[in-house]
Amino acid sequence: MHYSPAPLHIPDGFLTLAVSILCWIFTAITLSVAISRSNKSLGERQVPLMGIMAAFIFAAQMINFPVAGGTSGHLLGGALAAITLGPWAGMLVMTAVIAVQALLFQDGGLLVMGANILNMGLITAVIGYGLYRGVPARNRTLKLAVAGIAAWLSVMAGALFTSLQLWLSGTSQLQVVIPAMLGVHALIGVGEALITVAALTFILQTRPDLLGENSASAKGSRGWVVAGGLISLAVVLLSPFASTDPDGLERVAGDLGFLNKGVSAPYQFMPDYVLPVLTQGYIATVLAGLIGLVVVGAIIVLLGKGLRAKS
Amino acid sequence: MHFDAFDRYHETDSFIHRLDPRVKVVVTVAFILSNALLPDGAWIASGLAWLVLLFANISSRLGITFTLKRSFVALPFALVAITVLFSVTGEPLASLRFLIWDLTITDVGILRFVSILIRSWLSVQMAILLVATARFPDIIHALEHLRVPSILTTIIAFLYRYLFVLGDEVFRLMRARESRSAALAVSGTRSGRSAVWQAKVAGHMAGQLFLRSYERSDRVYNAMLARGYAGHLETINPHELRRRDYVTVALALLAMLFLQLVGRL
Repeated sequence: MHYSPAPLHIPDGFLTLAVSILCWIFTAITLSVAISRSNKSLGERQVPLMGIMAAFIFAAQMINFPVAGGTSGHLLGGALAAITLGPWAGMLVMTAVIAVQALLFQDGGLLVMGANILNMGLITAVIGYGLYRGVPARNRTLKLAVAGIAAWLSVMAGALFTSLQLWLSGTSQLQVVIPAMLGVHALIGVGEALITVAALTFILQTRPDLLGENSASAKGSRGWVVAGGLISLAVVLLSPFASTDPDGLERVAGDLGFLNKGVSAPYQFMPDYVLPVLTQGYIATVLAGLIGLVVVGAIIVLLGKGLRAKS
Repeated sequence: MHFDAFDRYHETDSFIHRLDPRVKVVVTVAFILSNALLPDGAWIASGLAWLVLLFANISSRLGITFTLKRSFVALPFALVAITVLFSVTGEPLASLRFLIWDLTITDVGILRFVSILIRSWLSVQMAILLVATARFPDIIHALEHLRVPSILTTIIAFLYRYLFVLGDEVFRLMRARESRSAALAVSGTRSGRSAVWQAKVAGHMAGQLFLRSYERSDRVYNAMLARGYAGHLETINPHELRRRDYVTVALALLAMLFLQLVGRL
């Protein structure tokens, strides 16, 4: 069976335990919300639908098309899944796809699966769905153009997050990994955008009801638009900054406590510690991450409440 | 396409094959966790971990080099770790110039690079052994027992169950594309058109596949209702933990603990 590994799937061993666990916590929290939302809003009928849609994403990744230099591009599908199925269902579908890729094909590790789901399933869904829902449905051309931009950005966001996780793990150097990953994925993202737009055009022409205002994908609140917009903005602002001034990003990370000894921190857990998990650097990383999580979560909850009160 | 076209299971009768799938999942994750916890440059502990792996290979009766032969899937990813060779700390060993960067290879960088590769290489082999000795539906069932939310395991089970059906669908679409001279461009010939046009064709195929899958899911659901589907999947394989399962888990965890001690002393 032909199966080509994608460059965003991090294998086991490339992330430190602290980074893996942090990503797992974030992923688990988001997924538990997705599951409780899905259980509430979906009938028994929707679970087989989501399973077959997961198989669809998996199969759609096999459709390749030639790009320059003998390489071929194919779909990643995070944005497409979220736009067609709705954000929560899209996240669950992508999680299943990534889990099977890791378990069955060893494309992506098991311990680092939390990071892979975060990069390819959760962020892509928020950006894809948030931006797509942000434009009014009347203007179809605009809507499709935004879907394309969202698909491109979702790939870039995945690449950016992967690079940052590798850097925080001390596996890659920031000044090399960021330009390399973002450069490669700027091209892959164009393919993703073209396929996503063409697929949506086709669906809109043949079964417009599936993407209409009464479909499952239309039942999102304005919170998604805000979240998608904010994350996209963060990616857009952070990517050029990280590419042109990696030292600046390192300094910011140092100030925030992610890297308490500059770039040398991740390299210094040599055997003279008894339990490196408990050394200051790890605790600082995890704590800083957790505080960040709480702050982001609080902002999202407050925004959601504010928007609900208004509407 | 046969339903098990994607399966990585190798049918034999061995001690590992007979273990409960939960045990295999837990031991695999523990092994990967243990590798992640080993400090850089813990060569003896890594060597012992490799011996554990070889022992598992032998007791699975798949041959001592079984996982080795399949273990190079994660290798392309090593590219991103190459940059760690040029770590800022440590003694410089050699320097070279690549495009715009002046790069200096250091001893700490090499130590870390090799450690990452070994960690990754050992971990991926245990994961390969897991799917070679446990049927995938059994692994899904084990995940359910290990408290993975049932909506996720059900989606994964459906994904696995229908992947080969949609795989056939993809091959039909690709055959149709080739027969209508939209084949992938071969250098030197005039087959195909621009990359943008190719991407558009691929996108239309993805859209077509989406609609076929969507409509198929309705038929699947109705067929399942007719066969008594009540919201969750049943299995005929009894999963019960026996004494050898408990003993294996205990021994495996002790071995990991020993590896950690060796790696840190």
